[in-house]
Amino acid sequence: MRPFTYTRAEDAAAALAAGGRFIAGGTNLLDLMKLQVETPDALVDINHVGLDAIAPEGEGLLVGALVRNADLAADPRVRRDWPLLSRAILAGASAQIRNRATTGGNLLQRTRCPYFYDLDTPCNKRQPGSGCSAQGGFNRTLAILGASEACIATFPGDMPVALAALDAEIRIDGPNGARTLPAAGFHRLPGDTPERDTNLEPGELITSVALPAPTGGRQIYRKVRDRRSFAFALVSVAADVVMDGGTIRQARVALGGVAARPWMLPEAQALLDGQPPSAALFGRFADRLLAGAKGHGENDFKIPLARRTVIAVLTEATGGDAA
Amino acid sequence: MSEPITFKRHLRMNTPEKADFFDQTAQGVLSQPLDRPEGKLKVTGTASYADDVHPPETAYGWFVRAPIAKGWVTGLNTAELRAMPGVLAVIRDDRMIMHPAQGQQGKSPPQGPSEVFYAGQPVALVVAETFEQARDAAQAARPELIDRSDKAALKLPLDDYETPKSKQAAQGDLDKAMTEAAFAVDQVYETPSMSHSAMEPHAAVAWWDDGKLTVRGSYQMLKTNVAELADALGISARKVRILAPYVGGGFGGKLGISHEAVGAAIAAQRLGRPVAIALHRRNVYEATHRRSESRQRIRLAAGADGRLAGIGHEAWVSSMFGDSFSEPVTQASPFTYAGENRVIGHHVARLNLTAPGSMRAPGEAIGVPIVELAMDELAQAAGLDPVELRLRNIPDEDPSTGKPFSSNRLEDCLRQGAERFGWADRPEPGARREGEWLIGMGMASAVRVNTLEPSEAAIILLPDGTARVETDMTDIGTGSYAILTQIAAEALGLPVERVTTVLGDSDLPPSSGSGGSFGAASSGSSVLLAAQALRAQLAERMGCDADEMTLKDGQAIAGNRTRALPDLLAGDTLRGEGAIDPGATSQTVRQATWGAQFAEVAVSTVTGEVQLRRLAATFACGRILNPKTARSQCIGGMIFGIGSALTEHVAHDPRDGHFVNRDLAEYHVPANLDVPKIDIAFLPDRDAHANPMQAKGIGELACCGTAGAIVNAIANATGKRFREFPVTLDKVLAALG
Ligand SMILES: Cc1cc2nc3c(=O)[nH]c(=O)nc-3n(C[C@H](O)[C@H](O)[C@H](O)COP(=O)(O)OP(=O)(O)OC[C@H]3O[C@@H](n4cnc5c(N)ncnc54)[C@H](O)[C@@H]3O)c2cc1C
Ligand code: SF4
Repeated sequence: MRPFTYTRAEDAAAALAAGGRFIAGGTNLLDLMKLQVETPDALVDINHVGLDAIAPEGEGLLVGALVRNADLAADPRVRRDWPLLSRAILAGASAQIRNRATTGGNLLQRTRCPYFYDLDTPCNKRQPGSGCSAQGGFNRTLAILGASEACIATFPGDMPVALAALDAEIRIDGPNGARTLPAAGFHRLPGDTPERDTNLEPGELITSVALPAPTGGRQIYRKVRDRRSFAFALVSVAADVVMDGGTIRQARVALGGVAARPWMLPEAQALLDGQPPSAALFGRFADRLLAGAKGHGENDFKIPLARRTVIAVLTEATGGDAA
Repeated sequence: MSEPITFKRHLRMNTPEKADFFDQTAQGVLSQPLDRPEGKLKVTGTASYADDVHPPETAYGWFVRAPIAKGWVTGLNTAELRAMPGVLAVIRDDRMIMHPAQGQQGKSPPQGPSEVFYAGQPVALVVAETFEQARDAAQAARPELIDRSDKAALKLPLDDYETPKSKQAAQGDLDKAMTEAAFAVDQVYETPSMSHSAMEPHAAVAWWDDGKLTVRGSYQMLKTNVAELADALGISARKVRILAPYVGGGFGGKLGISHEAVGAAIAAQRLGRPVAIALHRRNVYEATHRRSESRQRIRLAAGADGRLAGIGHEAWVSSMFGDSFSEPVTQASPFTYAGENRVIGHHVARLNLTAPGSMRAPGEAIGVPIVELAMDELAQAAGLDPVELRLRNIPDEDPSTGKPFSSNRLEDCLRQGAERFGWADRPEPGARREGEWLIGMGMASAVRVNTLEPSEAAIILLPDGTARVETDMTDIGTGSYAILTQIAAEALGLPVERVTTVLGDSDLPPSSGSGGSFGAASSGSSVLLAAQALRAQLAERMGCDADEMTLKDGQAIAGNRTRALPDLLAGDTLRGEGAIDPGATSQTVRQATWGAQFAEVAVSTVTGEVQLRRLAATFACGRILNPKTARSQCIGGMIFGIGSALTEHVAHDPRDGHFVNRDLAEYHVPANLDVPKIDIAFLPDRDAHANPMQAKGIGELACCGTAGAIVNAIANATGKRFREFPVTLDKVLAALG
């Protein structure tokens, strides 16, 4: 860890004015600093700025950026109307980490590509232009979709996959004023700038996450991983499916663990609208969603795994038997 | 306090114990589920582990790793590092060690900071005023390298192995038995490189005082650790003291000294102040020991009735260059099952990977489950129930040597274990389904050799009738404090509150240390012998023979006379010294511990995920000294087995072999949710050949077999065979198609 200055901000304006790297729960940033993957000169502690309430907003819910993951998952309104969010959070990390981790920090957690954390190996995300060690290396957990020659990392989180499927909105404040981004458009694909994980600009602060009115649909989060808890997703599927009698009125489906962002495809979802559920339909949907998927050897299995999991989740969400 | 008067008792285990001493004692504390005396300290975070106590003026060390698999370090940007804030020294010293000592090695491993044998090898030590400054400077280190990684050997090769003569055996004609067999199995299996992953990282705090070195460390075997450290530093062992009062898990990963002990000692000597080094997780994973990967070929030749005519078990493993240790994969195969034609093979390749060493049940932990997979395949081929197949093949004597078993309880374990588990309800392969889940049951025998090691202890009986047990034995989370207290209390007729046990100080009588599941039996026997030395003296003071005297609740009773110990001691302090040595009973009979393990799994047809539903085991391992700590050992051992079957493997980078999944987030030891209800039963058991307590090893037996039972259950659930550990979901998916 390099020496840094430390400022404790008492409100959001002070945090923005302080000019420095925000630290919230610290569960990701501190690890990265100890390893010197991140070396900020100045830390701005935002744990005391407020922004830690969960409040109704219209028919939706406004979640402050400093709300702890554990509190969000346990909120009775969330559990009733957005159970997908609750389940996704509880599928992640450990109780201790969720007690500390925040809504904003969770969105901004960095990849778990092992080479990103290893200063002795090249990594374009850590050091642009140095190369990508994951290609030709150990890439079991890495991307099958949206990757580039520069980087095949995944976004590793769970909560943001649910937020994408729930059509949440990320509210941001910054030197150039306030703005919003859709959860599904918050993270970026690597292209040739893998060092940029998200569309947040430097100095900008996430202030809250807004959940729209609940759809009343059947919500499922299924996380597939190498051990039953305390492991990142190999593949996860977040689905919110609204039925209309025997047909699907609206389905929103996001995949986690497969790309540098939660993977959603509106044109694939359109295949489902107004259709009666069937294995063939779900297969076509999955094929569309996974079109262009490419493995890197060790993670080839993720392609069939994602396909099977999507079909099983949609079957369950539409009232069928997953088997 | 008066000078203690010393009495000694020594036993070489040349003949089986005729009488069972503990059947005649009266206190009734042995074999009770006593809580750990130090338990409260541990759960309140006040037990002081190695790195928890820093003397004044302590400086901190951090190692620089080699970023290459093979080559040389020719220099370092030392001047630059020396100029960084707080840096006190940058050390590259010829006495630094390249990898840890093996268990009971007793001398220094290879030394020198220049030649590199594996990625992650420590090549320099940075010492600074604070931990953060040391880490920061070490991260700025730029070793100058001659990189020969392209010449490194990173995987078990197809051929080019050393085949040490002493580790091969053959009897009869296995090839012929295979061709004549009614049913035969000939398969190759693989197990991965694994890591101990003890919770407490290796740590050492070293200081010098008048030419004498003291190290607070996290080590399992102080007697040999002192010798190893002294040899590495080139000083007399009399000048070295190691303190290890608590060890936060070892699993064999702390049997020998590793680089932090030598590094801290050198740095403390150079700086003239204490130096603390707590390894960070990556350094633990890369630069201490791992369990070797293995390739194993099993051949089984059976007659029409399933009786084995032949067994072949050949193993290919890796080892560090110049090292004599290699995973004794086939250790139990000479005697577990009958069969007159037998081949045992052991082949070693030298690889540029983290050095292999002992990890919980070296040998059997990966050898037994693999044999058990093959036995399951044979049972299916022969149309026999897997339990029945084992029952038909239990030998009457060690089939390789003709020696009798001191005790063979495999049949009892199999029969009673199967009954307890409800084995009769096992489905046909691939036939039981609940929604998307396929349900299956599997079983495996568990077997582990049993040994005794030299061990010494003292008991100081104070004038007030309280006792203090002293030995350099360690408690690595196993329960040594509890059982040694109980043994002394039982043998001296004292309530446990009147006995304290002091461990983990190399100035105390040298014990076996913790390893090979011999710790409880060996150190416990020495405590018993020390108590017997005291009993003889107390009997003399009572004016009777020792076996005419009963000790209970702090009183000596002989005939109609009862005297309280303080009265009998009359102000004297007595010191009993006990020493046990292995003897003829280690040679004349085959000693082992036995068990049968059962598993029920559910396998997802959607994702290939395996969920354990139940695990059960029945063990026979001599007298149980404390059913609570014994059970904990078994639970822990079986969880080791779960990891080996389903989740754990070291991912070595294909280019330089470095340990890629080098933290506890990515090296997947089982988490709570991976562990189902575990049912454990101990058979009442005694083994007069083992030691005077008739207790045997426990903690390793429990992890021999578990993985076999689980993977056989997956085969039963899916109707497919899995021959490569761990059985991760991608392998299951590929098999399910
Ligand atoms: C062992 C382990 C296992 C884990 N497993 C999982 C898992 O299975 N699933 C999962 O989803 N996650 C997992 N996590 C990740 C965990 O969810 C994240 O570490 C956590 O959510 C980060 O939140 P934080 O508040 O601690 O962020 P911090 O570490 O404080 O910050 C992370 C980043 O966000 C920035 N930041 C924080 N708040 C704001 C804000 N309001 N505005 C702008 N920038 C901000 C910081 O500057 C920093 O760059 C795991 C973590 C660990 C250590
Ligand atoms: S995949 Fe991305 S994060 Fe991983 S090594 Fe390559 S560039 Fe770095």
